[in-house]
Amino acid sequence: MTLYILCLFLFCVGLYGVLRKRNIVKIIVGFAIMGYAMNLFFVMFGYKFHGRSPIGDISQNISNMVDPLPQELVHTSIVIGLGLTALLIAIAIKIYEKCGTFDITKIKRLKG
Amino acid sequence: MNNSAIATLFVIIPLCTAFLISLMAKLVKRGFIYTLSILSAGLLLFSSFYALNILSKTAGNLLVYKIGGWGPPFGICLVLDGLSVFMLIIVNLAAFFISIYNVGYTDKDDDAPKFLTLFFMMVTGLNGVVITGDLFNMFVFLEVASIASYALVCYREGAEELEAAFKYAIMGSVGSAFIFIGIAFLYGFTSTLNMADMSRVLAAKQGIFVVPFVSVLFIMGFGLKAALAPFHAWLPDAHTSAPASISAMFSGVLIKTLGIYALARILFTIIGTTQALLSALMALGAISILAAGVLSVSQWNMKRLFAYSSIEQVGLIALGLGLATPLGILGAIFHIFQHSVAKSLLFLTAGSVDNSAHTRDLREMSGLKEKMPVTAAGSLAASMSLSGIPPLGGFFSKLIIILACIEKGCYFYALAAVAGSVLTLTAMAKVQRFAFFGELKGKFKNIKESPFAMQVSIVCLTGICVFGGLLLLPQLRPFVSNAADVLLQGVKYSGLVLEAAAK
Repeated sequence: MTLYILCLFLFCVGLYGVLRKRNIVKIIVGFAIMGYAMNLFFVMFGYKFHGRSPIGDISQNISNMVDPLPQELVHTSIVIGLGLTALLIAIAIKIYEKCGTFDITKIKRLKG
Repeated sequence: MNNSAIATLFVIIPLCTAFLISLMAKLVKRGFIYTLSILSAGLLLFSSFYALNILSKTAGNLLVYKIGGWGPPFGICLVLDGLSVFMLIIVNLAAFFISIYNVGYTDKDDDAPKFLTLFFMMVTGLNGVVITGDLFNMFVFLEVASIASYALVCYREGAEELEAAFKYAIMGSVGSAFIFIGIAFLYGFTSTLNMADMSRVLAAKQGIFVVPFVSVLFIMGFGLKAALAPFHAWLPDAHTSAPASISAMFSGVLIKTLGIYALARILFTIIGTTQALLSALMALGAISILAAGVLSVSQWNMKRLFAYSSIEQVGLIALGLGLATPLGILGAIFHIFQHSVAKSLLFLTAGSVDNSAHTRDLREMSGLKEKMPVTAAGSLAASMSLSGIPPLGGFFSKLIIILACIEKGCYFYALAAVAGSVLTLTAMAKVQRFAFFGELKGKFKNIKESPFAMQVSIVCLTGICVFGGLLLLPQLRPFVSNAADVLLQGVKYSGLVLEAAAK
């Protein structure tokens, strides 16, 4: 249970970064931390202490088995996160080229 | 060939087109790339109608394709039912006319092939979300469509576009994070990812805390993608900054597929609705209608006005779905179609005005009707349909939703819908009055009507918009009512899909 709460704490750290920080780079870092928390959380659903991978002969009875499916899903999710982070960083670089600043309070052209 | 294999085409065709375009961009002429994009979008549209045809001949109105031959609890399956086919036709109809429009709209850009690549990636994601029968697969397709759309918003690379794209990307990915956590909880609770199987397990297990918690996560996540009122902040910026054809795609298709369709699919057919959830949906819808309606009237930027109007119409759809009566759901489904066509058309005409007159500010333009008759006619038809002038389709869909509210005794919501309708009428009248009617200003004496390809797509969409109301005729009605039936039968979906997959 402690692990899940720590995981929630990590998620909140990321969310705080996204919501409260003014620097674009820090927002992206906060977003990345949020992604780690999500993935960690999903992996922990399938994890067992001292468990083993479910590879073996069909006659073997593996009693303490780790669920491999969340790991595969998280694998996919990490790849998606990578693409998203790359896109966000590319946008951040372009914003710096155009506006000369990373501060979101100074880049405010869109209103209404 | 097995009939159900047609479901795979909706992902394969746009994905291959995207890769072919990006591979061949440097090697072949621009005309060839445009031809390829129109052909492939046309093929998609044809396949969706063909799928509708096959489906109407199938017993139970359901087709399941098992990828790799693996059955439901283990493999990923693609499910075609009334609602999926309805959404497929909407997506591919918009994609087809927008790819014709792109020929005229992007021909001066050097980067047009990259634009088309991203466009088809987005179509891949949208089609994938609609046909998939697996929850995690839906998340992956949702991210494909979302990431392509973040990149498309900043296609022009101006400071405003980049700001809007950054805002949209951050908000969109926080929404995706909530959806991901919701899926994680559901997997932890049911140990399965297949939608039908998950629904079966959920019905057998009584979870007191998990299901409501997950539903709230999904309402937040998909509500953000659908731009329902408290989560709508990204939409006006993104729609204003994106190129016109992409705004049309966003407003017509993206917010409905990623938001409304996915939410309805999960809430109605997998988790099963409760009165609390439906009330939340209706309240969100009513807030969207009133807030965005008032905001849209006060805008002077043409595209921003349309963007706020989109939030309002999505609110109306959510209100209809939240009623959960046969009439309410029918109205919501019908309004998805009407709004998709009318709003795509409005954004295309806004893009065509922008292309010729180089302005989006309503105060600067006047009397463009003389110089751009086709655009003005398209905009007029779409405005009339959207604000509910009787012979056009928008009138019937709004009428059905309002009647459903009264039938259920929700008089406040009926009043909100009527007020929203009046606000839309005001906003649309404002656009017509300032942009197209009145006296032609001196600096617009020399502008030309938009290129031929753009006119073709505007004329075709105008035709569909004008005759959209005919879908309620008894002969054509199954198209809409089959989609509504899928949501009405609710969690019976799981039994039907598992049965069809076992064959």
